[in-house]
Amino acid sequence: MARRERPLSPHLQVYRPQITSVLSITHRMTGVALAGGILILTYWLTSATYGADAFAAAQAVIGSWVGQVVLWGLLFSLYYHLGNGIRHLMWDAGSGFDLPSVRRTGMLVVLFAVVMTAATLGCAYFVIGG
Amino acid sequence: MEMRSPLSRVRGLGAAHEGVAHWWAQRLTGVALVPLTLWFIWAMSGLLGADLAAMKAWMGTGQNAVLLILLIVAGMHHAQLGLQVVIEDYVHSESTKTVSLILIKLGAVLLGVLNIFAVLKLTFGS
Repeated sequence: MARRERPLSPHLQVYRPQITSVLSITHRMTGVALAGGILILTYWLTSATYGADAFAAAQAVIGSWVGQVVLWGLLFSLYYHLGNGIRHLMWDAGSGFDLPSVRRTGMLVVLFAVVMTAATLGCAYFVIGG
Repeated sequence: MEMRSPLSRVRGLGAAHEGVAHWWAQRLTGVALVPLTLWFIWAMSGLLGADLAAMKAWMGTGQNAVLLILLIVAGMHHAQLGLQVVIEDYVHSESTKTVSLILIKLGAVLLGVLNIFAVLKLTFGS
C-alpha cells in the first residue's frame, strides 16, 4: 500500500519560536550533550586505571583548548539541564503552569545557567591560575 | 461514560500499557542528581590538571568514591531513560528504533559497569 505524505505536527517551518518551545528543545539537546559527556568521564576514569602516563595523557587531552571548550559547553549544559529540570519538577508538583509563570521561570533558568557557568569558570581559572 | 474496562482501570497502566514507571524513574534519578551534579562540579574543579597520585588520594577518602558511584548509577539510568524518549520521538523506522533502543540500554549498562569498576580499582587497587 502506498504511503501518503501526511502533514506533520507542529509544522516547525511555520511555527514562530517562542521561549517555551526554545527552552524545551534546549532541555533535550543539553540532555543529549550530557549523555555524551558521560563518555568523557568514562575516558577520564578508565585512563587512570592504566597508570600515571595514561592519566597524564587524558588530562592533557581534556586540558587542551578543544577539551576546555567542550567542558565549558558541558558545564553550561549541566547548569541549564539542572535548572530546567527543577522547573520540570515544579510543574510535576502542579505549580507554576500558567503562562506568565512559565515565561518568568524560563528566563530565570537561562539567567541561572549563564551566571553559574561564568562563576564556575571564573573560580576554576582563578584557582588554577589561568 | 467510562470506556475503559474495570480490569484496565485497576491495572492503572493507561493507553501506553506501561504506567508511570518510566516517568517516575526519570524524576527520582533527576532529584538524586540535583545534589550529586553540584557536588561533581565542585569536586572536578579541584582535580583540574591533577596527576594520578592526587586523583587516587582524592578517590581514597571513600566518601568521594561512594558519591561518584552514586552519580554514575543515577546519571547512567537518567541518561538512558532520556535518550530512550528522544529515540522514540524522532526515529520512525521500527527496526532502526528497536536496534537504537537496544544499543542505548546495553551501552548504558556497559558504561556504568566500566565507570564503577574504574572507581573501585582506583580506590582499592594497587
